[in-house]
Amino acid sequence: MSVMTISVVELAVRAIPDPEIPVITLDDLGMIRAVEVDEPGGEIVVRLTPTYSGCPAMEAIAAEIESVARRHGYTARVETVLSPPWSTDWISTRGRMALRNFGIAPPAEVGHPRTTGPVDVGLAVRQVACPRCGSLDTEELAAFGSTACKALRRCRDCREPFDEFKPL
Amino acid sequence: MNTPGRSRQGLDGELAAAYLLGLADDALVYAQRLGEWVSRSPQVEEDMALGNVALDLIGQARRLYTRAGELDGTGRCEDDYAMLRDEREFRNVHLVEQPRGDFGREMVRMLWFATYQHELYTRLAASTDQTLAGIAAKAVKEAAYHVTHAATWVVRLGDGTTESHERAQLALWWVAPYVGELFTDDEISIAAADSGLGTLPSALLAPVRARIGAVLGEATLEPPAAPTWSSSGGRRGVHSEAMGYLLAELQHVARSHPGATW
Repeated sequence: MSVMTISVVELAVRAIPDPEIPVITLDDLGMIRAVEVDEPGGEIVVRLTPTYSGCPAMEAIAAEIESVARRHGYTARVETVLSPPWSTDWISTRGRMALRNFGIAPPAEVGHPRTTGPVDVGLAVRQVACPRCGSLDTEELAAFGSTACKALRRCRDCREPFDEFKPL
Repeated sequence: MNTPGRSRQGLDGELAAAYLLGLADDALVYAQRLGEWVSRSPQVEEDMALGNVALDLIGQARRLYTRAGELDGTGRCEDDYAMLRDEREFRNVHLVEQPRGDFGREMVRMLWFATYQHELYTRLAASTDQTLAGIAAKAVKEAAYHVTHAATWVVRLGDGTTESHERAQLALWWVAPYVGELFTDDEISIAAADSGLGTLPSALLAPVRARIGAVLGEATLEPPAAPTWSSSGGRRGVHSEAMGYLLAELQHVARSHPGATW
């Protein structure tokens, strides 16, 4: 019985949607390091790795975890784990598909821009597929988009603008 | 993991915290200046870009303040450091507190600051303090985006019209006296570097200068001659006139309504 209860509250926490991009769950984003359930104490501890340092959604996420825990009869404690830092590599395959279906190009699993050592300033040769028509003929309009984690691009084939989840 | 109040090789907790405050105050104060661009940029994309860069910097500052509060034993939280300290307690360099100029000046300032931060955090990712190492490993990726953004603009402005080239060149002369402070060692940074917590600021100058030199070459801009004066004192809490006004705006709400929550 208690085993069932544990999995129910943990699954509920893992299934919480990201407040900014509600088609993807915290679990699929790769933000959840651990969920520990203290059955006798009626408390769960959720260890989270933030996506961006200044991500304003972190407080909303913590509040949602507390609210979900409360609905299952638990109090919640949210701990931040900074090391190792979150990377877009941690987004699950299911999460990438959900992003693409939502119209956001998921981050490439390989071919990151270099983030250590000298940074290239030349023209970016990164290829990003249009989430609508699949064309690789797309261009970056703005490196900093509607949220900290997104860039704005445009498809040269279907002419639609779209968001890209930036590789980090 | 981390022992509160003392880093691995016995660096005094207060010294360790002071080192982190220098980094955090640079980030917070520059975020405040960058935030001023929202609604005043040449393009709406830049409103968003500079707002996003500011957000990254605030995020870095928040985590550094939190760690400082653990290390100095006072248990102060991020808001205590950001909102309730006076000017003389802020350890940021003069560069980041200078008032907003034209867009070219901002891109030149951001190029210097972001490149400095990128070299800094690359090294701090190997800090003996696990928390700082984690903060740095994340921040270095963000700084890489900032460098690229600023460099792209400096090239576009420098290799652009006569007007944009001239303004970018003026911006390089303007910024020159302010950058030295980022690379000046003091007792605190030397102690932090010795303990393995930090890194020596002076060691960052050559790689930063080389990278900026490459950008200026592409931008057809000339590196400015050595400045005839240099700003100093920021790390000791001695600031320029602009700092008081900046803090007044930054801290006004928190100080007018102490302890308010919503």
